[in-house]
Amino acid sequence: MSIQTIEDTKVKAFPTPAKPAAVIAFTAKARRRFDPIAIAGSLATALVPPVIVIAFMLVVWQIACSSPTASLPPPSQVWNEAYDLIAHPFFNNGPQDIGLAWRVLISLQRVAIGFGLAAIVGVALGALVGQSIWAMRGLDPVFQILRTVPPLAWLPLSLAAFRDSSPSALFVIFITSIWPIIINTAVGVRNIPQDYRNVARILRLNQFEFFVKIMVPAAAPYIFTGLRIGIGLSWLAIVAAEMLTGGVGIGFFIWDAWNSSRLPDIIVALAYIGVTGFCLDRLVAAVGAFVTRGTTAK
Amino acid sequence: MTAYLKLDHIDKSFTRGSQVSEVLKDIRLTIDKGEFVSIIGHSGCGKSTLLNLIAGLTRVSAGAVLLENKEVDSPGPERAVVFQNHSLLPWLTVYENISLAVSKVFGRTKSRAERHDWIMRNLDLVQMAHARDKRPAEISGGMKQRVGIARALAMQPKILLLDEPFGALDALTRAHLQDAVMDIHSRLGSTTIMITHDVDEAVLLSDRIVMMTNGPAATIGEVLAVPLARPRRRVELSSDRTFLRCREAVLKFLYERHRFVEAAE
Ligand SMILES: Nc1ncnc2c1ncn2[C@@H]1O[C@H](COP(=O)(O)OP(=O)(O)OP(=O)(O)O)[C@@H](O)[C@H]1O
Ligand SMILES: [Mg+2]
Repeated sequence: MSIQTIEDTKVKAFPTPAKPAAVIAFTAKARRRFDPIAIAGSLATALVPPVIVIAFMLVVWQIACSSPTASLPPPSQVWNEAYDLIAHPFFNNGPQDIGLAWRVLISLQRVAIGFGLAAIVGVALGALVGQSIWAMRGLDPVFQILRTVPPLAWLPLSLAAFRDSSPSALFVIFITSIWPIIINTAVGVRNIPQDYRNVARILRLNQFEFFVKIMVPAAAPYIFTGLRIGIGLSWLAIVAAEMLTGGVGIGFFIWDAWNSSRLPDIIVALAYIGVTGFCLDRLVAAVGAFVTRGTTAK
Repeated sequence: MTAYLKLDHIDKSFTRGSQVSEVLKDIRLTIDKGEFVSIIGHSGCGKSTLLNLIAGLTRVSAGAVLLENKEVDSPGPERAVVFQNHSLLPWLTVYENISLAVSKVFGRTKSRAERHDWIMRNLDLVQMAHARDKRPAEISGGMKQRVGIARALAMQPKILLLDEPFGALDALTRAHLQDAVMDIHSRLGSTTIMITHDVDEAVLLSDRIVMMTNGPAATIGEVLAVPLARPRRRVELSSDRTFLRCREAVLKFLYERHRFVEAAE
């Protein structure tokens, strides 16, 4: 009897209609209207939980560090001693005494140069490596090893090579962030479907046109994954890099504050670095989402 | 008179390591200008391989593909391919997909305005002008295939190569597109080679049907001329004597003389 039932289901499966094409057109037409209440609601669900958690952590921290023997300052002390830094991010009292926002901007400029170079060189190298299976096999293990070298470890080499602190600092940022960009770009290029390559061959696109019109857009999701990891790493390298250059960056500020034992200042600077890094990550992710829109669905 | 397209004793084998697999053996065929030829055969016999050889996407192992007496050795826009899975670039809109081809092929010879008109002409030809700003992900399978055809036509190819263009579509959409292809062929007179699995489709569209034997080392088993007047209408033909005779000849070839053997590989 059981065979009978199996046959029944098989027969029923046949007249299933193909998916109607019109449905696709409908979803594309539907537009979301601007709805302030819904936006406020979603904003609240996004903001309220982290605010509660942060408040809770501050309270715990305050209690833990309140005893006079505590080695770290509690939040209240940070607030009192570093009030100038917190309340006035943009003050400017001469060359060495400026607000933290200025310092962050100066560090960002450094990261922009180092990371920008890493992005250009990384995508180009990744595209080259990804084009050739042998280059991939030979170079991938090397990249995987170099990728794990921490930023500080590049410092001495970089100083020895450049004999000048400013290019050395940029080099440290560059070399820290380039590996994931190369690796991800190469994987993306390897994964370009043969069909797209065939289209390019039939149209006789030259190397440059192929790179711009097929390779970069086809590998864009991978490239942006690499860029996102890369910008995180380059921001991680900023303290190491600015230990070299001195000057006015946020990284050097921490180094300087440590040398003059200003712990509250360090804590405020850490918060600045964290928030900035978070924003950088979101910025690259948003650019990536914008650039690769519509390409993920096949 | 020499043939427009000549497949001259073509062999094709693939080598992987020390293993050589012979896919095509001694393919001989001539095709006239303006002809519509279908290639039919069981799955895996080497139809796509043959089409890729004509397109220049793969090289022959022996023999030659001659188009207007010139040997084909690399792909080019004068042999445009419509792929089975459309292969539109998903990050470009319908218009941009065609524009990529048009600006590459006619970038020097047509002005910007002329190129725009040419793109819209080809979109109109497949009735897709209304979706020019949509991305491939936003249109249906049949529409994508139409755009793929428009892209190929927009290259103004000497030969249009279709690799199972309607294979992935439902019967109704498939019939619509077959009519569209017939209409385009009658208007432009483009030389067309189409791969198909579908006997009715082959008889309805073709001037000649090329039937391939099973692999390995597949070759052309038989070529059947379809002496049906154009324009052809599917409803009238369904009871036409010639149509039925052709259909039967192809079916006999495929299912009696060259049955697909599952264990052939
Ligand atoms: N690049 C390749 N390397 C090795 N073997 C290949 C290659 N391309 C195709 N083949 C082999 O050639 C044979 C014919 O393949 P082909 O894709 O041409 O068949 P087909 O007739 O188009 O089949 P289908 O109707 O399923 O599309 C297959 O046995 C396949 O394994
Ligand atoms: Mg095939």
